[in-house]
Amino acid sequence: MTETTGRHLLEHELEERLDALLFASPSHRSIGRLAAQLEPLPRLRQELVLHWAGVAAQTYAEIGHLIASLAPEVLDKLGDAGFESWVLAGLDAYDKHGLRPAMERLRDVDGFRAAAQGARPAAFEEVEVRLGRFVQGLSGRPLALRAGSAAWTDTETIFLPKTLGGLPDIVANRRLYKATAVMLWAQTRYGTFAADLPAALARWTERPRAIAWLSLLEAVRLEACVGRDLPGLGAELAAQRGDWPTILAPMIGRLSVADATVADSLACLADCMESGAEPPLLIQSGTLDPEAALRMRDERIARETRVLRKALGALRGAAGRPAESEPALTVAPAADGVTLEFRIEGDVVTLPPEAQAAVQSLVQDLGELPPEVLTPAGPGSWQPTDRREAGTTLAGENPEAIRYDEWDYHRRAYRRGWCHVVEHSLGGDDDAYVAEVRTRRAPLIAQIRRRFEALLGEDRVMGRQPDGDDIDVDALVEAVADRRGGREPSARLFARRLRNQRSLAAMFMVDMSGSTKGWVNDAEREALVMLCEALEMLGDAYAIYGFSGWTRTRCDIYRVKAFKDAYDAAVRARIAAIEAKDYTRMGVAIRHLTGLLVAQPARHKLLVTLSDGRPDDFGDEYRGHYGVEDTRRALQEAHQKGIRSYCITIDRQGADYLKHMYGPANYTVVADVERLPFKLADIYRRLTAA
Amino acid sequence: MDRYDSLSPQPARIDAEPYYHPVADEVPLFEAAWRRRLPVLLKGPTGCGKTRFVEYMAWRLQRPLVTVACHDDLTTSDLVGRYLIVGNDTVWVDGPLAAAVRAGAICYLDEIVEARKDTTVVIHPLADARRMLSIEKRGELVPAPADFMLVISYNPGYQSVLKEIKPSTRQRFVALEFDYPDAEEEAVIVAAEGGVDMELARKLVKLGGLTRNLKGQGLDEGASTRLLVHAAQLAAAGIAAEAASVAAIARALTDDPDMTDTLGDLVRAVF
Repeated sequence: MTETTGRHLLEHELEERLDALLFASPSHRSIGRLAAQLEPLPRLRQELVLHWAGVAAQTYAEIGHLIASLAPEVLDKLGDAGFESWVLAGLDAYDKHGLRPAMERLRDVDGFRAAAQGARPAAFEEVEVRLGRFVQGLSGRPLALRAGSAAWTDTETIFLPKTLGGLPDIVANRRLYKATAVMLWAQTRYGTFAADLPAALARWTERPRAIAWLSLLEAVRLEACVGRDLPGLGAELAAQRGDWPTILAPMIGRLSVADATVADSLACLADCMESGAEPPLLIQSGTLDPEAALRMRDERIARETRVLRKALGALRGAAGRPAESEPALTVAPAADGVTLEFRIEGDVVTLPPEAQAAVQSLVQDLGELPPEVLTPAGPGSWQPTDRREAGTTLAGENPEAIRYDEWDYHRRAYRRGWCHVVEHSLGGDDDAYVAEVRTRRAPLIAQIRRRFEALLGEDRVMGRQPDGDDIDVDALVEAVADRRGGREPSARLFARRLRNQRSLAAMFMVDMSGSTKGWVNDAEREALVMLCEALEMLGDAYAIYGFSGWTRTRCDIYRVKAFKDAYDAAVRARIAAIEAKDYTRMGVAIRHLTGLLVAQPARHKLLVTLSDGRPDDFGDEYRGHYGVEDTRRALQEAHQKGIRSYCITIDRQGADYLKHMYGPANYTVVADVERLPFKLADIYRRLTAA
Repeated sequence: MDRYDSLSPQPARIDAEPYYHPVADEVPLFEAAWRRRLPVLLKGPTGCGKTRFVEYMAWRLQRPLVTVACHDDLTTSDLVGRYLIVGNDTVWVDGPLAAAVRAGAICYLDEIVEARKDTTVVIHPLADARRMLSIEKRGELVPAPADFMLVISYNPGYQSVLKEIKPSTRQRFVALEFDYPDAEEEAVIVAAEGGVDMELARKLVKLGGLTRNLKGQGLDEGASTRLLVHAAQLAAAGIAAEAASVAAIARALTDDPDMTDTLGDLVRAVF
């Protein structure tokens, strides 16, 4: 037992104790100096140091010695708790990497302190979603975010490093991500690629230096542009970078005026290159790849020209003019001076939204619409099929499959016709399972039914109301009689028709992925049996579908009970046949079942999903953030179609992605699988109570 | 029934000119429709000025205005009228629609798709050549005077199958389409309505535009002109522009915490 209170130990006492602990250390002879160092500490701390030096010395005596010698500094900087975690981190490093890394780790006290205070680099995944939406808000045309080896943009995608750790704490590093993304967005927005950069840069033999200078000069110009349009963001950028390097001072004026273009930056570039100076580093400026940007820009111009010409061709056709004659097409700025007005033979025409977006994008790239863009395409109906994803065919694809779009959060756009859905009827002939559950769970079913009964109600006329559509004659006669008889008449003389009909359709979407095998699957089936028993009494329209699949080309939907099916022996057998199959591609299942639900005539529509965790699929990236975003998107689409969604997840971890994924819907986490049957019925009752 | 006339609502005229900034030819169109006794349907996103336009036109045409905000429990009786009991008698009280017909007013049914379907029974005969209001409970047919005009509005942006307006209804109306005005015009409106200078108004309109870029990306609708005016009014009352925008725009648009963060970022970008 060591004493933790009382007077502090004197030098000779410390030396004795240390000697006992550290006798094996090669630095043993310096124990006198260690003892002198520790003497001024209070007793509690002395004991703390002795304790940990002893613990460490049992692992390796030299580490114990190092801990004792650094202890006063560490205690001073980190406090008692910090001292303990510092020791533990050092021992951990020894276990994992050996002596030398452990000693280095312990000696780097400041590094440890910085790490303890949250100074870790920010990761791309942490900022991706929020930043992506921010950039989408800023820019008219879609810009995707992706992780890459450096910060640059090809004008369609902004690439950002996987981690950013240049600044002392994580909040600052996240801000740095934002500033970098904004600077790259600004390159596409304020015409960095409007000049022929590859040709302009070919002048210089030291290409990397030229690109570094140009990025820097453009950063000056673009920041001024951002600051004019979005002062708050401009100020944030300025605060982030600190002062401009002094070497830039003579050029800032020229680059910051309102009509400065990339040509001004190129002119300044010549001066910089000739001066022979090395470009100073600007943390948020990103870099340039003019060739990639040019390629992407040319592709986009070609694509959008095609879209626009097709639209114009279709409009000409719709105007009833023969396809051979050249229509008199004119384009002029509209009265507002911002948008363009298209006229075919003098009549103003409205372009379809796809073509309008193409015009906006072309103007952003080219500054104006060149005449060749405006030649209408040959005869043919207007079909915006020029999306790059369209038309990818896959080997072995099922001709009966229904195609669904899928949301790709990287590009902030749909992958068109990406998922192939096939609807199967679940086979099964085991009617006994449901009968068995019914018997076993009879008390619980009766209880749920009683609770559901309270939901029932007829469309009925309520008499004796203070206000209503009609007079309640009985109440009126009584009131008149009361008054004649000298009693106080009631004021509740009206009748009101109460709308109590339950016009409701509910879709239950059941996870049949491999991970539900065992308990979860049993609980799902039991829950469905009990729910059906109760729902039959309410008379609500309901359907049950299972979903599973294996990659995007084989998304299987299993029909257990369609809306039109009665709850009969065949349905009961299919409930029994629900089993764990493959993977969970959740978004496409929601889209398919939403489509079925929308077709129902009911006034209120409810989609209840039952799953056991993260969306997941074989092979591609669906299992990560992508699946979460796609599911979120599919739920948003359902919401827009007037469907209320409720998600039930059986997940012991109850991870924090749920809140984001189910953002547009309500959800609950059922940690205890056995409670699912009761919980499902209860949730349904609460959701549909009038 | 004369004794109880005071129970029936008397449509009132609008004395002061409501602020309205015309964006296209909606004013002459509306006037022409009124002169030719045609009912009008206003379409457009929420908060783009539909209600204000009707108020302005009522003032301009010097007609009383009756506005009914439709909701999903709105019944025919709520529009046409009902019997009340006074003493030993029953008294008929006109509903807003009947009152508007009798007074030759403009009757504006806001967000008509929200009303119960049976209300179309009374709207249809008023909205075609018959121009009659049938008051079933009294067995009365009230012909609409020349000055009466029916105006309905709805927001096609809801995209909900439940909130569709039936073709038999919509094909009785002259339709005027509204949208958010162009940036500079919208800034003029925000400055005038919100009582702020043009510089702040332009920034608010800019913010509105950024939020509209997010429509369909997690927002059902971008910020309406009305929300921008709210933010301006808060700012004019001394709230810092940034805080006013977060309260009046960002938080009003969404409950999703992630989305609120993004909107907050956009607010900070503009100010």
